[in-house]
Amino acid sequence: MTERSTLAGGAALAITGSGGSGAVTAGLILLAAVGRAGYYGLLGRSAGPQIRGGESAAMLRFGPRPIECMDDRFDLLIGLDWENVARFADELPLDRSSLILTDAQAGPIPEILVRSGAQVRSLPWKALADAQPEGRMNMVALGMVGAMLGLPLDALEAGARATLGGKGGRVLTPALDCIRSGYSAADTAHVPPSALAPPVAGWNISGNEAAGLGAVRGGVRFVAAYPITPASEVLEWLAPRLELLGGSLLQAEDELASINMIIGSSFGGVPSLTATSGPGLSLMVEGLGLAVASETPVVVVNVQRGGPSTGIPTKSEQSDLNIALYGLHGDAPHLVLAALGIRDCVYTVEWAVGLAEHLQTVAIVLSDQMLGQSRAIVDPPGDLPFGAGQRTPLQRLIGNDADTDHRRYRPSPDGVSPMALPGLPGGMYTAEGLEHGPGGAPSSRAIDHAEQLDKRLHKLTGFDYGLGWAEIRGEGDHLLLTWGSSAGPVFEAAQRLRDSGTPTRAIALRLLAPLQRDALLEAIGSAGSILVVEQNQTAQCFAYLHSQRALPLHARSYARPGPLPLRPAEIMRALTDRDEREET
Amino acid sequence: MDTAIVTPTLRAKDYKSEVAPVWCPGCGDFAVLSAVTKALAHLKLAKERVAMISGIGCSSRLPAYVDAYGFHGIHGRALPLASGLKAARPDLTVIVAGGDGDGFSIGGNHFLHACRRNMDLTYIVMDNEVYGMTKGQASPTTQPDWAKSKLTPHGTGMRPFLPTAIALAAGASFIARGFAGDPNGLTKLLVEAIEHPGFAFLQVLSPCQTFRPEQKEWKHLVHPVDTAPTDDPVEAARFIQADDGMALGLFYVRRLPIWQPQNQPTATPADLEREFAL
Repeated sequence: MTERSTLAGGAALAITGSGGSGAVTAGLILLAAVGRAGYYGLLGRSAGPQIRGGESAAMLRFGPRPIECMDDRFDLLIGLDWENVARFADELPLDRSSLILTDAQAGPIPEILVRSGAQVRSLPWKALADAQPEGRMNMVALGMVGAMLGLPLDALEAGARATLGGKGGRVLTPALDCIRSGYSAADTAHVPPSALAPPVAGWNISGNEAAGLGAVRGGVRFVAAYPITPASEVLEWLAPRLELLGGSLLQAEDELASINMIIGSSFGGVPSLTATSGPGLSLMVEGLGLAVASETPVVVVNVQRGGPSTGIPTKSEQSDLNIALYGLHGDAPHLVLAALGIRDCVYTVEWAVGLAEHLQTVAIVLSDQMLGQSRAIVDPPGDLPFGAGQRTPLQRLIGNDADTDHRRYRPSPDGVSPMALPGLPGGMYTAEGLEHGPGGAPSSRAIDHAEQLDKRLHKLTGFDYGLGWAEIRGEGDHLLLTWGSSAGPVFEAAQRLRDSGTPTRAIALRLLAPLQRDALLEAIGSAGSILVVEQNQTAQCFAYLHSQRALPLHARSYARPGPLPLRPAEIMRALTDRDEREET
Repeated sequence: MDTAIVTPTLRAKDYKSEVAPVWCPGCGDFAVLSAVTKALAHLKLAKERVAMISGIGCSSRLPAYVDAYGFHGIHGRALPLASGLKAARPDLTVIVAGGDGDGFSIGGNHFLHACRRNMDLTYIVMDNEVYGMTKGQASPTTQPDWAKSKLTPHGTGMRPFLPTAIALAAGASFIARGFAGDPNGLTKLLVEAIEHPGFAFLQVLSPCQTFRPEQKEWKHLVHPVDTAPTDDPVEAARFIQADDGMALGLFYVRRLPIWQPQNQPTATPADLEREFAL
């Protein structure tokens, strides 16, 4: 069995540099270039805590098949300089077959990187940059590395135009000159030329942009939100675009306001959403209870970061599952979903909006920093692949003049009652956070409480969610079970296991609540070896599945906190180590 | 203000719902409810184009007693709830109602920002200087030496919150004070507040018979404001600082820019997707 990537062609590389060195810009251009050369790609970035500047790293993996996670190691490390690189050296795994490229004048390579045994080449980037008017070393390095990777020059130039075009010719022109200079000076003998894949009609998109797009595809036209890392890009993408769609975004004074604002706008009939991260979600949970009780549809996209408290704002973790599932007081059934990848942020958020509207409830969508702030070259997402085919279109049941019974909270066979919108004569009611009778009048009677609790629960548990509850790949006696963004490394681990003769199935849960227990148990089947994989300390999903009696007792957990990303090889080791231990 | 005209004309009692108020006998809030229905009738507003929004507290029960659309939300968040509704539905007349604890303590931050956002909302705060629903604790507007609550047996020791001064400092464009014992004056102020384009703040002295029986004396202490309303914030500040808290009437009104998105669609989500294509 091999732990190495089975992807043919492509490479994994990292670009590091101090503040102002342009490492991230070079990464963005390279991602755009590999997309234009016909590859799929994934670009993550890591930065220090500085507001502006400071050391940073861009991490790019590309290849001829969709890239769903970072690889176990990097083939290339491009060091523009070495200031403070030690701060994220543990995010840059290298080995003896890795190659470190650096500028001849950049000084000694930090010991922590040398220890990897990687080969080193010093190149004349600075000298070439100094020979160009307004020359920049990052662009020279980019051109040279692009040539070494076998990328066409016109793909690099197009990538630069797409990335820097907005900055005008004073930036773009010298950048192009430097890219050409580096490209023509490259000695390509050290990296085998990559086979070019047929061009794809790809998209270049980040997870946070994808979440914003999913929102508007789902019909969201009002957003109220408070800025927070790493969710702000969802809001920044939406603000101008909602205006084009006839909607709007309101920057609220805090998250207590933003959640209540979207409850108000949704009460007015406009599908509404907010995006936040853990601390903001904590502030919103009382409001979410109001939305549940008053049956007002709202969607919260929670871009998770390291927690608890302020935690690690710029790094990823899957540790908000518990608050998403259990954070609300009282018996407050609601939807919890998790996006399974950057591209899937479009689908999962779009589906969440449809479900929240249709079921008149709260949907919390869990994304995370890894998905949100990474960019990828992906196939364009088509129509929602798993929301179609259901008998009812996913939309809000709105009261109209023909209704004979306008009682807002009257029980119905599926638990959903028509919602009159302000402006409808005869439909007047007061939406309530107090327990209420069918007409909405406050009530503390046991019979009303039981009836409304059942209504709010059964409208969710009785609904047919179709195939969207999970993504399932492969067959085998071995099973990797995961949720959210860990799907990427889990899918790749399962693929490598299958390729090396260990039949392995992978299940990634998209709909966490209400848990589709019967479907999950059927998908688990009689798997002999089950590992539940997630990026948090306390195995939150593993515990949840057991509490729902949705896991065989021999299932095991592989849970570890962020901020380092889960990588395929460690998941494979966790699965096979356990198997070996059981055998002995 | 965008309001539909109803024919035939509704009377005030037509705006009352069938839900019976939970308020104590003699509560000032009855008079506020009455003034609200009179103002709606006077303005000939169609019931279905009015939304009454509130948080939690005795006075926040008011929306259920009005036959209009309403939302009885959570403690302190009436203004955000109303702001979201108005942002999404500028065609509606949105009236927010609540108490001094709801608006100035737990919801204090929203009060500041609703004033400066200046959306076309009417905010009625029924101020009785006490938390009634939780049985008589000190509120932000309670005097520092009021020691009748077991929670603050020595009084709060804090100077009271000055709602009109803070509304002015935060940028409200309409600031007035009414009194539950002056129903005609209150109705007139409410009509003006609803008609005002922008954020209209109306503090209503609304005595609590149960926990603050001494407020029965308010009817002897109130007096009409002795000057015409000003649009000069400096003049208004001078007046409000000298005010004894018992002056009734409109203090300050000024036309200020209103925050209200009114975008027309010029694109579809499919149009937006083009930006991602390589």
